[in-house]
Amino acid sequence: MIAFILRRMLQSIAVLVAVGLVAFSLFRYVGDPINAMVGQDTSMEDRAALREKLGLNDSPPVQFLRFISNAARGNFGLSYRTSEPVSRMIFERIPATLELAFCAAIFVLFVGVPMGVYTGLYPKHWSSRLLQTVSLLGVSLPPFLLGILLILVFAVMLHWLPSFGRGETVQIGWWTTNFLTLSGLKALILPSITLGLFQLTLIMRLVRSEMLEVMRTDYIKFARARGLSNRAINFGHALKNTLVPVITVMGLQLGTLIAFAIVTETVFAWPGVGQLFLQSVQFSDIPVMAAYLLLIALLFVVINLVVDLLYFVVDPRLRSQGGAAKVAGH
Amino acid sequence: MIFSLRQSVALAAVACAGFGMASMAEAKTFKWSNSGDVSSMDPYARQETFLLTFTQNIYDPLIRRDKNLKLEPALATKWGQTDPTTWFFDIRPNVKFHDGSPLTADDVVFSLNRANGPGSNLQSNFVSVKEIKKDGDMRVVVTTKYPDPLLADKWAAITIMSKAWAEKNNAVNSADMTKNEENFATRNAMGTGPFMLKERKAGERTVLVNNPNWWDKPEHNLTEVIFTPVANPATRIAALKAGDIDMTYEVPPADTESLKKDASIKVMEGPETRVVYLGMDQERPELLESNVKGKNPFKDKKVREAIHRSIDVEAIKRTVMRGQSYPTNLMVAPGINGYMKDLDKRPALLKPDEAKKMLADAGYPNGFEVGMDCPNDRYVNDEKICQAVVAMLAKIGVKVNLKAQTRNLYFAKILRKNDLSPGETSFYMLGWSPAQTYDVHNVFEALIQTPNKTTKKGQFNAGGYSNPELDKLADAMEQETDKAKRDDEIAKATKLYVDDFAYIPLHQQALVWASRKNIDLVQPADNSFPLRFVNVK
Repeated sequence: MIAFILRRMLQSIAVLVAVGLVAFSLFRYVGDPINAMVGQDTSMEDRAALREKLGLNDSPPVQFLRFISNAARGNFGLSYRTSEPVSRMIFERIPATLELAFCAAIFVLFVGVPMGVYTGLYPKHWSSRLLQTVSLLGVSLPPFLLGILLILVFAVMLHWLPSFGRGETVQIGWWTTNFLTLSGLKALILPSITLGLFQLTLIMRLVRSEMLEVMRTDYIKFARARGLSNRAINFGHALKNTLVPVITVMGLQLGTLIAFAIVTETVFAWPGVGQLFLQSVQFSDIPVMAAYLLLIALLFVVINLVVDLLYFVVDPRLRSQGGAAKVAGH
Repeated sequence: MIFSLRQSVALAAVACAGFGMASMAEAKTFKWSNSGDVSSMDPYARQETFLLTFTQNIYDPLIRRDKNLKLEPALATKWGQTDPTTWFFDIRPNVKFHDGSPLTADDVVFSLNRANGPGSNLQSNFVSVKEIKKDGDMRVVVTTKYPDPLLADKWAAITIMSKAWAEKNNAVNSADMTKNEENFATRNAMGTGPFMLKERKAGERTVLVNNPNWWDKPEHNLTEVIFTPVANPATRIAALKAGDIDMTYEVPPADTESLKKDASIKVMEGPETRVVYLGMDQERPELLESNVKGKNPFKDKKVREAIHRSIDVEAIKRTVMRGQSYPTNLMVAPGINGYMKDLDKRPALLKPDEAKKMLADAGYPNGFEVGMDCPNDRYVNDEKICQAVVAMLAKIGVKVNLKAQTRNLYFAKILRKNDLSPGETSFYMLGWSPAQTYDVHNVFEALIQTPNKTTKKGQFNAGGYSNPELDKLADAMEQETDKAKRDDEIAKATKLYVDDFAYIPLHQQALVWASRKNIDLVQPADNSFPLRFVNVK
C-alpha cells in the first residue's frame, strides 16, 4: 500500500515536470506579454529594457529551468498584469473555485445518483423516459448558453437570484466562504447548476446502466428470494455494486469540474482561478498561466491517487489482490 | 391661536427639513462594471487610460480635465511658465489626504519623482524635465531641458500620493516586476481625491467610499461605489437589466438596440478620441507580402490615393459598425488640440473603374496582391472592418490576403523593432489616441514623423511614411510656445499628410455606455469615467 503511494508520488512529479515543459513551450505562442504591460506611448527602448529585465530574451529552456527551480521553492514571481505575487493571487481565488466545484459535485451526487437509481429501477416508467429526455438537453447545451439562460430567467425575469458574482463572503483565516451568508448561498445556485448539469447527466446515465445490469444478476434474485426489503436490495446491494465505475468517473469529473469551471466562472463573473486564468491568457501573463496549469495538473494527480485508494475501500477483491501482489513482490 | 398655528407650521417646516436631510444622507450605492479589472491601485503602474482615470477617483492630479477635457485647477490653484524652461505650480492650501494629513509641496515633489522613478510606467511624461524642486511649502518649480509647452497637459495624468504614507509602507517606488515582493501601493491607496479606497480584491471587487473632507464641492451624491469586473458581455448586460449593477460600459454593438428598447435602461453614445486607421508600408523597396517584385506599390502616391478613395467608411459604419462610428479623414479627433475641422473632409469615393485606371496609370493595370495584418480583439469589430476592406479593394483588383490574430501576437508582428527597423507588415490596422497630452503633436511625433533612432521620433510609424518638410514642422511645434505660430504649423503639417495620403483614417469608434434610468453621469470622449459627476436619483 505504502509502496503503491510512493510509486504514484514519483510518477506525479514526472507528470508535473512534463506539464510545466509543455506549458512553457506553448507560451511562446500566446504572444508578447510586454505589449499588454505597457501603454501605447511606451518607447521601443523602454519595452526592450523591460523585456530584458523580465528575462524574456533568454532561451525557453533557460526560462523553464528558472521557472521550475523557483516553483519548487514555492516562488511563482509577480504577475505581469497586476504585479501582485502569483501564489497569493491563486490562493485568494482558489476557495471560490473549490466551493463552486464542491457545490456542483454535491448537486451531481445528490440529484444524479438518485435519478440514475430511479431510472434504472423503473426503466419503462413514463417519468424515467421524461428524465432521460431532459437529461439529453443537459448534455447538449453548452455551459455558457445554459448559464446565460439561467441568468435571464432567474435574475433578469424573476429577480430571485443574483446575476453574477459571489455575493457576501465571510473570511475564515485565508479562506473566504460563501456558505455563511444568505447572499453567498444564493449566488452559488446558478453557477453550480450550470457547472454540474453536464456531469449530472453523465452520472445519471452511468448509474442507470450499471443498475440495469446489476438488477439482472443472480445475487439480486437470491436477495429477493430471501425476502429482503426493496430498500435493502436497491441501495444496500445493487447500488453498492455499481459504485466502482461511478467513483472513478465521479473522481475524474471532480477534477474536470475544477479545471473546466473556466467557462462557468467567466459567465457568472465568479472570482475563481478559472477566471483568473482566462484574464491571464488575454494578457499573456505567463507566471499566472504557468502556476495555474501546474496547480491543475497537481489536482488531477491527487484526485487520481485518492480514487485509486477509494477502490481499495469499496472493492474487497482489490484488497486481497493487492495483498497477493505484495507477496508476489510486484 | 395664530401664534400656535405659526408655531406648528414652523415645527412642520423643521420636521420637513429634518426629513429632507435624512433622505439626503441616505446611502447612495453605485454599482458598476467593466470587462476587465483595474490592474493596480498604484496610479503610476501603467500608462493606460483605465488605470489612470480609475485611480483619479482616489488620487487628485495637480491639474485635472473637466467634462470637455479642458484643463482646470485641482491640487494646483495656479500654474504657468516664468520663462520658456521654467514652470511653477502653486499648491492648493488646506487640502487633506484621506488619513487627515495635510498636502504640501513635499508630497508633490515626491509623487512626481515617484512617477518618473523605477517601476513607474509614466516616465515618458518626464522626458523634457530637468529638475523638480519645491520653493517654500506651497510651490513647486520645474525646470525643463528645452521649452515644453505641453508639460501641464501631460501632467494632468499624474496624480499626487502621500509621501509619509508611501515611506511608512515601503512603497517609495512602484512595484518592481523582477522581485517577488508585494508593493503596498498595489492594493492600497492614499490620495486626496473625492473617494477613498475601502476594499480592494483584485479581479473581484473594488469598493470606494465618499471622502467627506474633499477640498472641492462634490457634484456627485454617492456614498459608496462598488466596481466589479465582469468579463462576459452578455452577463454584464443581464446584470444591468436585472438591476444588479447600475452602469456598465463597453456595451457590445449587438446589444445596443435591445437596451434602447428597455424602459429601465439609458444608453449613451459618443465618439471616442481614438482614431482607427490603416497604414501601408512605404519604406521597404519591396513589400514583404506581395506579388509585386522589385518595387513597392505603396511608395506611389497614386496607389495610396486609389486605395484610400476606394474604402467606403460610410458603408463600414452602416454595416459593420451598426451606425456606431464617426468617419474621419484626420489622424486626430475633435476635442484634441490641433484638430482641423476644415481639413476633415474625405475626398470623393472613386468608382471601381476610376480607381482601376488610377492603378493602371501607376503601373498596375491588373492590380496587385498584398498581405494585410489585423487584430481581432483590440478595437470594436476590428477583424470585420478588415474583411470589409478586403472586399472593397477586391473590386479594384487589389487582392488582399488578410491575417487577423490576437493582439499580443499582432502587435509583436507589426510594430517596429527595438532598433526601430520596420515591423513585418505591408498593410495594417491601428488605433491611436494622444491620451498623454490631448494634443496633435503626440500623433505627429509617434505616427507620422520619419522613424529615427537618435531623436526617437516615429516609433509607431509602422509603415515608415517620411516627409522631411512635415518632420521640420512637427519638431517646431514641439517647442513653440506662441499659440498662433503653433496653430499655423499644425495646419501646414496636417495638410501635408492628408494630401500625401500617408494614412487611411477610418473612424472614431463610438463609446457606448448603458446605465439604469435613475443614474446621471458624464461621458467624456477620452474613455474615462469620472465618478465625481455621478448622481443616483
